[in-house]
Amino acid sequence: MPAQRRIEVSKVKDVTVVKFLDRKIIDEAGIQELGLELFALVEQEDHRSILLNFATVEFLSSAALGKLITLDRKVKSHKGKLKMSNIRPEILDVFQITKLNKVFDIRSDEAEAISAF
Amino acid sequence: MGEQLPSRGWRGEAHLASERGASRQFTDLLLEQLGQHGWSPAEVFAIHLAAEEAIVNAIVHGNRLDPGKRVHVVSAVSPDRVLITITDEGDGFDPSRVPDCTLDDRLDLPSGRGVMLMRSFMTRIEYNAKGNSVVMEKIRA
Repeated sequence: MPAQRRIEVSKVKDVTVVKFLDRKIIDEAGIQELGLELFALVEQEDHRSILLNFATVEFLSSAALGKLITLDRKVKSHKGKLKMSNIRPEILDVFQITKLNKVFDIRSDEAEAISAF
Repeated sequence: MGEQLPSRGWRGEAHLASERGASRQFTDLLLEQLGQHGWSPAEVFAIHLAAEEAIVNAIVHGNRLDPGKRVHVVSAVSPDRVLITITDEGDGFDPSRVPDCTLDDRLDLPSGRGVMLMRSFMTRIEYNAKGNSVVMEKIRA
């Protein structure tokens, strides 16, 4: 798998918890790397229960949304589950405007998300 | 489009290279000015996102990453109004033909959300007839 420069991964019970190392997910090269690191969790390491904790993320662009959608597809095709938590209100607005809140399982905090797997 | 810029406040202009990441040169300055003019963090987020999406569209879809082409950005920031004009050297597009990304059969496509986010987060956005220049305005709530 690629070296993890964009995410930090830990295990809570059986859930793989991903935290983001960048406060702003904007630039194309960074988003490409982020995608590779996230996809490797599914395709190379076969993690089936993945929680993306957005507590550190202050900004993300629509290009980053694209990677999250692709990740969601990959997780589903591996019969896994993807959830998201700790999304700040401005970013939650982005998910609601684009109706991606209907695609993703978004929970308010990490504990709630983990108990929902 | 002949937009009237605010008479007071900050006015900036940049000619960005058509390469990924070039928006930063402008957005860093814009964010600094928005903070200095008292815009709230939520408003700064909205304006930043709209500017980022518009510039990336201009670089990637407008100029098609052609190193011989530039993206011209003009912006004005005052305490109650922000105006940003972004123009590329491409052939333009018809924004009315951009499919609605929130339709059920398009929801899980990985791209195509930039223009909708620009419209949602700004008070007004308007393209020129050719479709290679967009004016975005935010009025302080």
